[in-house]
Amino acid sequence: MDIKRKSVNKMHGIVIGSSTGGFYALKKIITSLPEGFSLPIMIAQHISPNSDNFMAKYFDGLSLVTVKEADEKEPILPGVVYIAPPNYHLLIEEDFTLTLSTEEKRNYARPSVDVLFESAAYAFGPKLIGVVLTGANNDGAKGLLAIKNFGGTTIVQNPKEAEAYVMPQAALETANPDFVLSLDEISQKLIELENLFRGESSNQ
Amino acid sequence: MNLYSDELNQTVNLEIELILEAIFQQYGYDFRNYSKAHVKRRLLSRLSTSGLKSISEMQHKVLHEPGFFDQLLRDLSINVTEMFRDPSFYLAIRKEIIPILKTYPFIKVWHAGCSTGEEVYSFAILLKEEGLYNRVQIYATDFNTNVLEIAKKGIYPINRIKEFTANYQQAGGRQSFSDYYMADYNSVIFDQSLKKNIVFAEHNLVTDSVFAEVNIIICRNVLIYFNRDLQDTVFNLFSDSLINGGFLCLGSKETIQFSSKAGLYETINFQEKLYKKRIV
Repeated sequence: MDIKRKSVNKMHGIVIGSSTGGFYALKKIITSLPEGFSLPIMIAQHISPNSDNFMAKYFDGLSLVTVKEADEKEPILPGVVYIAPPNYHLLIEEDFTLTLSTEEKRNYARPSVDVLFESAAYAFGPKLIGVVLTGANNDGAKGLLAIKNFGGTTIVQNPKEAEAYVMPQAALETANPDFVLSLDEISQKLIELENLFRGESSNQ
Repeated sequence: MNLYSDELNQTVNLEIELILEAIFQQYGYDFRNYSKAHVKRRLLSRLSTSGLKSISEMQHKVLHEPGFFDQLLRDLSINVTEMFRDPSFYLAIRKEIIPILKTYPFIKVWHAGCSTGEEVYSFAILLKEEGLYNRVQIYATDFNTNVLEIAKKGIYPINRIKEFTANYQQAGGRQSFSDYYMADYNSVIFDQSLKKNIVFAEHNLVTDSVFAEVNIIICRNVLIYFNRDLQDTVFNLFSDSLINGGFLCLGSKETIQFSSKAGLYETINFQEKLYKKRIV
């Protein structure tokens, strides 16, 4: 017998996790996105707990997309980049709003990449792109595997090119990602996938 | 557990709704209006270490084993805190609220969702240093009796003291932090005189009503786990508990601005989320 369900209309989205060296890597990717880029991006970058929202403000000033610190309960909008606030985990609700949490650190980190990625995998399912960038611990590897298990697209920065290789290496070994790319190639891939999704939705 | 498809994911979501309903009906604790992502994360994390196969199995266990419910209650309530957490919050209190409190003959404080008590003792220390402690009554409440027991004792692991001390100094502390505690091999016990004017009591923000009229409410990093409707219920409760001109102090990422009660308050410090109930 068929299971009776309300049909779920999922949106496309991108999640990015980064640690040591992430500031430069994120800057490079975000500033390369064109005006009108339509996918939302949620970012967990490991950062000192007492930092302010400098990173979001700085990136916003440099890029053609809107960049902001994530607020609790905020609805996810297309083309907006949300950065997890220092000392909070960022989670994605399945109604595509944002939740913050002060629960235990995971992989010594809050925000943790795994926490963001796992919740995003449930919410976006196969329409999610997960990206693990430079970093010096294992955070993000399990989360990227969750994205892959749900049929999402997985991208890891080439560890040889990363400022810190441990995090992309761990993600590569754990999740066997679809793409292992340089930063420039990651930007190109995101733009390419965005175009593809745009084509899909206009054909529907 | 394998939930690698949208179908299975939706089944899990349904199981979660059912277990929350079961917990509410059997034990009276209501998590039905908590953030779903948060609850799911906590339950799946318990599931993965429990040896159980599904949330439905977990529901059976929680209904038949009160001991397992205690475990889940701990999982679902977040009790991660520290002394003088967000030092800039305490600096703002010293600067913007303390001078007004100094004009009051008596001050009632409600610390709602006080967890294991670190932030209650922090506020008690601040009031002591500002010369206000002897005219204050602090009600420190939480729905979780396990954490209240820890709060009442005021004993914390010694390995946290370094972090607490750094916070205390950044929060405008005026003494040596070690004046406030005695160290043992593995733990520190806070000065028992700090407890003199603190009452620790069980109170559930979701299901209980007003119990006192107070001058200040401190409720930090509790509301982020609630959905908008539940947040609104709690803001109603707070508004009924605060005297006119009283202060509401929230966590740095929480705001009253989307609540139907927003109009009752003026913002004292936007960054630190300090609000004052208007005198109407």
